Amino acid sequence: MARRRGFRVLLGLAGSLVLAATAAPAEDAPKPRTFSTGYSFVETSGEELFANICQGCHMQDGTGATGAGTYPSLASNSYLQSSGYPVYVVVHGRRAMPPFGDMLTDDQIAAVVNYVRTHFGNNFRDDVTAGDVKNARQ
Amino acid sequence: MREQAQPVRRRDLLSLIGAMAGSGAMYHAMTSIGFAAESRYEGPIRLEGDPKGASVLILGAGLAGMTAALELRKAGYSVRVLEYNARPGGRNWTLRGGDRFTELGGITQVCEFDEGLYINPGPWRIPYHHRALLDYCRRLNVALEPFIQLNHNAYLHSTRAFGGRPQRIRAVQADFRGQISELLAKVTRQGKLDETVTKEDQEILLQALRSWGALDRDYKYIASLASAESRGYAKAPGGGLSAAPAPSDPVALSDILKSRLWRYLQNFANYNFQSTMFQPVGGMDMIGKAFAKELADVITYNTKVTGIAQNDGGVTVSFIDTTVPAKRWTATADWCVCTIPLSILSQLPMQVSPAMKAAIDAVPYAGSVKIGLQFKRRFWEEDEAIYGGISYTDTPIRQIAYPNTGFNRSGRGVLLGAYLFDGANAYEFTAMPPAERVARAVEFGSAIHPQYKSDFECGIAVAWHRVPFTLGCSGDWSEDARAQHYRDLCQIDGRIVLAGEHASALPAWQEGAILSALDAINRLHERVVRT
Repeated sequence: MARRRGFRVLLGLAGSLVLAATAAPAEDAPKPRTFSTGYSFVETSGEELFANICQGCHMQDGTGATGAGTYPSLASNSYLQSSGYPVYVVVHGRRAMPPFGDMLTDDQIAAVVNYVRTHFGNNFRDDVTAGDVKNARQ
Repeated sequence: MREQAQPVRRRDLLSLIGAMAGSGAMYHAMTSIGFAAESRYEGPIRLEGDPKGASVLILGAGLAGMTAALELRKAGYSVRVLEYNARPGGRNWTLRGGDRFTELGGITQVCEFDEGLYINPGPWRIPYHHRALLDYCRRLNVALEPFIQLNHNAYLHSTRAFGGRPQRIRAVQADFRGQISELLAKVTRQGKLDETVTKEDQEILLQALRSWGALDRDYKYIASLASAESRGYAKAPGGGLSAAPAPSDPVALSDILKSRLWRYLQNFANYNFQSTMFQPVGGMDMIGKAFAKELADVITYNTKVTGIAQNDGGVTVSFIDTTVPAKRWTATADWCVCTIPLSILSQLPMQVSPAMKAAIDAVPYAGSVKIGLQFKRRFWEEDEAIYGGISYTDTPIRQIAYPNTGFNRSGRGVLLGAYLFDGANAYEFTAMPPAERVARAVEFGSAIHPQYKSDFECGIAVAWHRVPFTLGCSGDWSEDARAQHYRDLCQIDGRIVLAGEHASALPAWQEGAILSALDAINRLHERVVRT
């Protein structure tokens, strides 16, 4: 993970970029947000990976959205029961959903899949591991 | 070390090839991996022979759909176009003051730009070699003006080089060229090229390097009036007693290499971005509107297609009127030209062959974000003499593009405060609420233009994965998927043929949409007149 670097940035306030590594957030500061610096993502926790990636389409509460087409809801979703399915979809993509295998490590994919499978009304407690993700890359 | 650990992406590879070997090498590389295909346009399409009143239902009133409608109607077909939006153009789109945009998730932004100011959230520039699009602009009387891709006085910026101070493109380009020229001249004169370059050619090479690299008499790239003519002056030539110019100091080879600012130079060498580029006067949607004016009587807006069926007799498309969604409608025709983005089409029940269905399912849709920002004054012109063009940065906003119109006026201006395409930051910006996207763009941009802080007024942000009518920016074919599925996607399947940028070798370009439509209707017409 040493190769992954990113910006961690607070919004507004003093009006300059603040690296979280060198500055603690003020009392009522807006939530700091991580920005990646290259093609790959630097976020590590399942919660932050969801908030910075998945939420773009599947929305903050995981329920998806509909326009001319639909982003499926991840909430209380029985397709998530078999852990291999979400791992495969994140690694390889599905239809219009882009593959994230090149942009995320095995650890990151395991973290975000475990997060989704235990939030938004899902309660699947059999965690996937980085090893499971590695196998899914074949 | 850390750079090496990153997977090499196609764009990175092109950047590297472009920077190391020049645009000629890059063009060959690009052609071999599917980009930069020449426009095959050979003038207005001629559909000869009588279609005997055959009807064609066209799905989508973007440039592909409207090209098909215009030409098929002219050839004698009965055409009807179904469009999801309440306006024509699809991704050919402009946001102006008063426009509202509701993204997926339900947040509505109201554009508060002053009259005459706009951003093009989708396509925004037209290469001179996109001959089909240019021809339609001419035929439809869409006025064009230059789009400035390279402005030598705009910036290249890295948070990790030159103390985070933006550098003028002119200086980076001159120093990169000058330092490489000095180096190459040095090894030439040391005889290190004797085995590969003849003595006579070495003499010519040295002359070329001196001229191209702005080297001095001794083949050195140093502060001199010669190098200043490329990289700019410390004190520009003036008048009267203080007229004498003073040269500026070049940046050392190692510093220019380590800055990695050279990687942005490919944006000016790339075939797709070479001069002359154009934009429609008044906004990109002038093109879509011009098509739609011709087709006013055949386009039905606010229709959401829910299924596409076909049999030996024709095509039946079911749809709803999005203003009265409870009711279901169907439309029938002998043939169907479907330009619905694959991101949406892949979800629809559709009677096509397994091969075409597999092709429709094989294309992910790229993420992209554009953010327009309005400022009290055109400080980039007033303070920094930047008239049009683009600054590139390694911060998450990636680009700041200055308006290519309304130059040198007082009053407000709108610039493009971020343009993200692919990569992690595009997803990160998509995942934010629109107001935060705008605020972050102002924050990051102020590292390049401190005037942002005092002069910013309002902004609007479009994240293409949140756009209800496309669910993404464009078809992001992998090389494998293209090799396996592209031909199946483009075949006429029974009575249905697809068109759009996704069915072209010019992904994400309007030219691709038009060329795919022309190719599709040409083949369709051949079939119709033969039967």
